[in-house]
Amino acid sequence: MAAPTFEVPKLTGNIDIPAIRPGATAHVKSFPAAAPIQEALGFPGQLVEDWHDKAIAKMGDLLDRYRSLRVFMDACVHCGACTDKCHYFIGTADPKNMPVARQELMRSVYRRHFTFAGKYFPSLVGAKDLTEETLQDWYTYYYQCSQCRRCSVYCPYGIDTAEVTMAGREILDTVGIGQKYTNEILSKLHRIGNNLGLPGPALADTLEGLEEDILDATGVPVKLPLDAEDAEIMLVTPSADFFSEPHVESLIGYAKVFHAAGVKWTLSTKASEAGNFGMFIGSYENMRRAAMRIRDAALDLGVKRIVVGECGHAWRVAYSFWNTLTGVGHGGTDPFSQQLQKQLDPNYPAPQHICEYTYDLIQHGKLRFDKSLNDHRVVTFHDSCNVARGSRMGNMPGGQFVIPREVIKAVVNNFHDMAEETIGEGTYCCGGGGGLLSDDLMEVRVKGALPRMEAFNNVVQDKQVNFLALICAICKAQFTKVIPYYGFDMSMVGGVHQLVSTAILLDVPEESAEESEASDD
Amino acid sequence: MGFEINGKTYETDEEGYLVNLAEWDEDAAKHLAIEEKVEMTPAHWEVINFLREYYNDYQIAPAVRVLTKAIGKKLGPEKGNSKYLYELFPYGPAKQACKIAGLPKPTGCI
Repeated sequence: MAAPTFEVPKLTGNIDIPAIRPGATAHVKSFPAAAPIQEALGFPGQLVEDWHDKAIAKMGDLLDRYRSLRVFMDACVHCGACTDKCHYFIGTADPKNMPVARQELMRSVYRRHFTFAGKYFPSLVGAKDLTEETLQDWYTYYYQCSQCRRCSVYCPYGIDTAEVTMAGREILDTVGIGQKYTNEILSKLHRIGNNLGLPGPALADTLEGLEEDILDATGVPVKLPLDAEDAEIMLVTPSADFFSEPHVESLIGYAKVFHAAGVKWTLSTKASEAGNFGMFIGSYENMRRAAMRIRDAALDLGVKRIVVGECGHAWRVAYSFWNTLTGVGHGGTDPFSQQLQKQLDPNYPAPQHICEYTYDLIQHGKLRFDKSLNDHRVVTFHDSCNVARGSRMGNMPGGQFVIPREVIKAVVNNFHDMAEETIGEGTYCCGGGGGLLSDDLMEVRVKGALPRMEAFNNVVQDKQVNFLALICAICKAQFTKVIPYYGFDMSMVGGVHQLVSTAILLDVPEESAEESEASDD
Repeated sequence: MGFEINGKTYETDEEGYLVNLAEWDEDAAKHLAIEEKVEMTPAHWEVINFLREYYNDYQIAPAVRVLTKAIGKKLGPEKGNSKYLYELFPYGPAKQACKIAGLPKPTGCI
């Protein structure tokens, strides 16, 4: 860990509301995207000359397209219920990181151009012209929001800052101001098929290596099939699962579960990414283009079921948007959507989360575990924001909170939740979501993790917790990087299916049986 | 952006990664290592050389598992783990070692 160039907050045991420090993180800006990256997404390469009119026109377009945005612009009464709910405000004390202030950056311009009072008496209603300085403020503070939607839970009107942030980013992209981290990744996804830019041969080589590792470790020939045409299930998972620690441990866990279930499954080269950063920049067109890869792969492979791996925002896109984007589930009405709806097995949810899949097998007694294999771990679970507040699992309200915990409890003996107001619907973001998982935003990432670190530290102190279980690739990468700043070891971070992987019992084939099978062939 | 060594200039992006992979040489690696506060030892060079070989074959840096396995084979099983790689490259083997090896920065949820 490089020495930080900023002050790391001290853990106090409480989530304290800080005294405001205006401009505290005004200097934290992520690198802008270069022209080729912008253009690959259909945006101008640099700030366009008529940026003012174009931005206002785009705002008008979005207000017409999304009625919710217009309601969010109109409905706020500045009650202040949201002010202390944002992890970035709590961690940075910058008042522009209060959700109401973040929204106000756009709302003041909205009033000026889209309301009667703002058009004729701007100073009376706090309406402001859109200046280049305002645009820069948008760029700074709409990229200090992880779109986690915690504030919207506490808003009496349900105003969703994430949607305002998405609109802000979409308008910025439209006039030629994009963020390098998110847009470079999205352009790689369009070009190569995943956020990493992992080409097919490298993916095949990586999976082959993992099969060897599992065989060495367990003696069981667990497979990680790629583009297998007779598969029933296609697993779509974040490409970080192929690449990083601890992500890969969960990938091994999924493979073991499929093996134990005796089901034919496959990964896909074309759909080698569950993540969809199109949502982060509020671009319907880019989100749809990314989601289409998954539909195309499902049609090509003829699979009956689509299961999504441990990725928070991917699950929101899959659960909440795939139906109308691509027809996975129901909703899409074009011929290919209808073809897919006929192809998918209606006995299972489409799509299905990997935790739902494993939970279902556990309920039916199809998996065997030795929980004591996880006895060196004392586990807590962090609800990922997009799963907690943007989706659901199973057929019960709150299933997205129950099911991952039930999976964990089936495979470990020692589990303790963090404080109630910091989990479930009120969960604090890891601090790296929504396109903020970039090295140039490390200061807001570390500070934004503060409330989660307080809650985590309390269970570490009180319950001797030593494992933070996650179901999101961004959460895994963020915490691995950030918890050392707070004095914890990065090995405390891992996946839910990493825990499953440790405890699951697989039948070891007898060598003689294997040999006789081989001679039969 | 960039740097110059013995009259040769190397272009870098805003995060200090080489723009043109073909410009990389040992001098560039040494310079990038100093900027990253990494003191290069033969073990570091093993990693750097493996990264470049793999990139040459696959147009991507190897996954951490692939890297740890390869290093374990070359330097001994006790060194084939990510903890050892983090000791060599404290900011993370993927990003920091790639920078010194002249490879593009790995992107994604990593």
